[in-house]
Amino acid sequence: MLYSVEHTTKYKYHEMVSLCHNIAALTPRNTNNQTCKAFNIIISPLPEILEEHIDFFGNRLFYFVIEQEHESLTVTVKSQVEKLNNQDVPVSYPSQSWENVKEMLVASTGEFMEEKQFSNPTKITGATPEIQMYAEQSFTPGRPLFETVHDLIKRIYKDFVFTPGFTTISTPLSVVMKERKGVCQDFAHLAISCMHSMGLPARYISGYLETLAPVGQEKLTGVDASHAWLSVFIPGMGWVDFDPTNNQLANEQYITIGWGRDYFDVVPLKGIIMSSNPHELTVSVDVKRIEEQ
Amino acid sequence: MPYQPVIDSLLQQYIPALNSYNELFAAGNTIRPDWQIFFNSLRQLGYKELQNRNIDIQRLLKENGVAYNIYNDPSGQNRPWELDPVPQLITSGEWETISAGLIQRAELFNLLLEDIYGPQLLIKKGILPQELIYLHPGFIRPCVNIKLPLQRYLPLYAADMARGSDGRLWVISDRTQAPSGSGYALENRFAMSSVLPELFSNLNIKRLSPYFDALQQTLTNMAPNFPGDPRIVILTPGPENETYFEHSYLAAYLGLTLVQGNDLMVKDNKVWLKTIEGLEKIDVILRRLDDSYCDPLELKSDSLLGVPGLVQAIRKGNVAIANPLGSSIVENAGLVPFLPALAKHFFGNELIMPSIATWWCGQPKEMNYVIANLKTLVVRKIFRNNAGTHSAIDGASLSTKKAEELVKEIKAHPHLYAGQEKINFSSTPSWLNGKIQAGRSLFRSFLVNHNNTYMAMPGGLTRTTTGKNNFIISNQLGGISKDTWVVSANAEEEKPINLVLNTETLKQEVYKRSLPSHTAENLYWVGRYTERVINNARLQRTVMQRILQSKKSFVNYSMTTENILLQTVTKCTYTFPGFMEEDDEVARIKMFEKPWMELTDILYNEKRMGSLSHNLSLLKNSVYSVRNFWSVDTWRVLRQMEEEWTVAKKSLNSDHFRMINTIDSLNTSMFAFLGMNRESVRREQGWNILDLGRKLEQSLFIITLLKSVFQQKQPVQVEHDLMESVMNASQSLITYRYTYRDHLQLPLALELLMLDTNYPKSLAYLVKKIKRYVSLLPNEGKEMPLSKKQRNMEEADSLLKLADLAKLTRCDLHSNEYTSLNNFLDKLYNLLADTSMQISKTYFKHSQVQKQLFTANLI
Repeated sequence: MLYSVEHTTKYKYHEMVSLCHNIAALTPRNTNNQTCKAFNIIISPLPEILEEHIDFFGNRLFYFVIEQEHESLTVTVKSQVEKLNNQDVPVSYPSQSWENVKEMLVASTGEFMEEKQFSNPTKITGATPEIQMYAEQSFTPGRPLFETVHDLIKRIYKDFVFTPGFTTISTPLSVVMKERKGVCQDFAHLAISCMHSMGLPARYISGYLETLAPVGQEKLTGVDASHAWLSVFIPGMGWVDFDPTNNQLANEQYITIGWGRDYFDVVPLKGIIMSSNPHELTVSVDVKRIEEQ
Repeated sequence: MPYQPVIDSLLQQYIPALNSYNELFAAGNTIRPDWQIFFNSLRQLGYKELQNRNIDIQRLLKENGVAYNIYNDPSGQNRPWELDPVPQLITSGEWETISAGLIQRAELFNLLLEDIYGPQLLIKKGILPQELIYLHPGFIRPCVNIKLPLQRYLPLYAADMARGSDGRLWVISDRTQAPSGSGYALENRFAMSSVLPELFSNLNIKRLSPYFDALQQTLTNMAPNFPGDPRIVILTPGPENETYFEHSYLAAYLGLTLVQGNDLMVKDNKVWLKTIEGLEKIDVILRRLDDSYCDPLELKSDSLLGVPGLVQAIRKGNVAIANPLGSSIVENAGLVPFLPALAKHFFGNELIMPSIATWWCGQPKEMNYVIANLKTLVVRKIFRNNAGTHSAIDGASLSTKKAEELVKEIKAHPHLYAGQEKINFSSTPSWLNGKIQAGRSLFRSFLVNHNNTYMAMPGGLTRTTTGKNNFIISNQLGGISKDTWVVSANAEEEKPINLVLNTETLKQEVYKRSLPSHTAENLYWVGRYTERVINNARLQRTVMQRILQSKKSFVNYSMTTENILLQTVTKCTYTFPGFMEEDDEVARIKMFEKPWMELTDILYNEKRMGSLSHNLSLLKNSVYSVRNFWSVDTWRVLRQMEEEWTVAKKSLNSDHFRMINTIDSLNTSMFAFLGMNRESVRREQGWNILDLGRKLEQSLFIITLLKSVFQQKQPVQVEHDLMESVMNASQSLITYRYTYRDHLQLPLALELLMLDTNYPKSLAYLVKKIKRYVSLLPNEGKEMPLSKKQRNMEEADSLLKLADLAKLTRCDLHSNEYTSLNNFLDKLYNLLADTSMQISKTYFKHSQVQKQLFTANLI
């Protein structure tokens, strides 16, 4: 399936700003189940500096600077991503227990560097005793890792209420845990935190999810949004993506941009301006299927 | 060396601690030879004289500003720098070993950093555990794979060392982030050689300057555009930082510009310094700011001390940083147990200078050992906490409960902890409370990468403590410091270092370089606050005197004079509502009857905006922010002034005459300060800006004063008294009498204070000066059209030139108000205030704060 994604972010300031530094993590990565066929970034006003580099986690980043006076900034990325049809829910999964996976990783010296780097909490994903206790209910002794994670995200889906606007990017997990409310990013962080509290690796995925219009209706433009979920290393399967917000494994409709330890490693767009006034932000995302040619 | 028994009473109090190495005596109670020579010189000097010289040393340090404590920190963290007149001695033989050992360590850390920020083979091969690096906050992921020339991973290195009871030196900790202390070592040497030159005379002591010469050369060679003419800055977190003195001291000594993050900006992938003449490209940054704070875009996003885009400029190779971002990863107690293996791996050798025994809790066996032996160990986090907190815990000091908590914490985060053996620091002769006693010492030495190897400063910074429980000396530069002498047996045999510094171009550069905007801004405010303090002090004194006198007189209209004057104080000091209380007339009248509470408050209440104390502290902050502009004498005056003011403030309710005296002596000091400004601020541009600030403030004061006092026509006697007060407040009475030889009349008073172009306190004179300074500002051409500020000043100048005195002193028949005078003064005020704003906008631009843009909108 070929998808097109159009993602526009617009900042409107309330005064002239003469310098603005930004980093965009908006380029879909190539993974086992997707290929980025085309990518285009359009920035207005035209940036004086536009550089690309690969970050520590292998994500493609754009660094750009606006060095002229401007009152608004618009960043549009258009990409075409081919999703490979290889993400069916597995009929069987490895029986290796979560304890076993943990021990294997701990005992390793240098072989699982890539995986192990996602084992430890960051400032965001540090577990409180409540989170640890919540996690323990899924991590029963001897349980296969895949099944354990599956159970964990099912519980998060059941126990937490999706509540847009309740949290911001700086709301700590303890509040999410206490109030049992949040959005995809909070649920992904929470699940990651649970994994870490049990000593297991998990990474944060930034991306998009195709939404479908109700049957018989035309899909409106701009209604999609950025999405976030987590990925867990399951020996024998590799990294497997779980979405606690929708209680499912990531399927063809999930388009990955990139990953890190938490949101702050893969902020879609971040910037710094010199200004004392507030700014307004509008975002629109469209994920569309392109007819097979 | 002939052995001479010491029969001195001098050493009677020297009682070394048990189980500690004795720096002074060798076996058999014989004094070690170098110490023998030292104490011979000391004995010749005499005990009394040593006491005097010790006082001189402390005074010298204070006057040089080493002890200048701007924040009056009540917790005493910002304590004055103390220097022991007795140095620490190290024989040149031992120094060879120390130096070789430290060079080896520096080279090891350099290679280690290259691997950590490059291929990470050490982890891949299993030589280093991944967690030791990945869990350390000093591992800065955006810096991985930024390629640097090999020797640039660790330009600067420092190590803290102490002697065990066997006399062997052990490394306690390694400093790779932004090693501090070299400037203090230099200042110590400077103080010692100027106050106690006799003690140097019989010993061959290695000089420190080669280290600084090498540092200068290394920084120059690091420049991406080498061998161009690099512009090098020292990046400081600012005057709040505990070692800010050192930052500015090194900047002055090395001839570098001291900057804060907001003095710099990144544009076109290059780093620029904002100066009043525009942007200047920066090639090398000597960093005294912790790495994670350096770039809010890619690193700590809420840091206000960094430069957005700096990491990208580094990535593009357009700027070099010493030490590079990320170097603090090897300030890592957990690494210590792995160092011997790393030395074998890199060099095939043992470590020459070992660390004290350390167990990293990230390994199960080691963690169990640490927990089992908690009582005999020091436990520390593998990374250093932010300044101000202790990162090491003495296991023996913990209660059972605290120990249990610590064990739980270690078990929860084993990778973040390490246990270290305790060491009995050596005993060394120290001058304490007028006696030579035994202090325990810790020694820091400094290395700089030079000519593809390292060079150790021959000497360093020794700190001593007399506390019993001294297994942990904090990270702060606490304790009493000692100059450290490396003593060679023969006369100076060291080769002079080969320096290739082109003094010609250097000299030109100093003149060519323009003022950083931030410096200019601070100088401008030094000027403004200086005048604000002086003018308000005079006015407050005049009014207080007047109130005191009127108590004795029974002239009924004097109430009006005083009320007008009290209101003038409120207006000139901007301490509204004060005596201007409008809503509550009863309250206002009460204040007129009992004005002293308010008068005292606006003198001493530092928290109140506009009070004299408040303005003084603003002045102090501005002065301190450009501390390398001021001479030693200036510091002495400022310190004295501060001390007197603090004393006066404490005796709050003293009688009113005392308050007036305090103001008098404050003003005396302020004038001494002013007098020294001219010679301290040598660079013309700096002086112009400072004086511009003064003249603007002075003009605005005179205008406000006249406006407030001569709002309305008053009875003859009142008007006379008011004129007299204005003349007193502006110190113009004598000039008036001398010029006019007549009693006080309004037209003449106004002529003197407003229109006399030869009188330095008159508006006409001040405006003429301001006009000239404005035209001298960078990029202020003489071509048309003139800038807004130039036009403002032209207008103000002609307003004064064309002023019609007769018209100005005429009062409105109906309202009895001096309407045209007030309109005239308003116009002038607005022109001057706008000029000040224009100057800020054009040259300072520091009013805007950095703001994060972020995205949200998630499903």
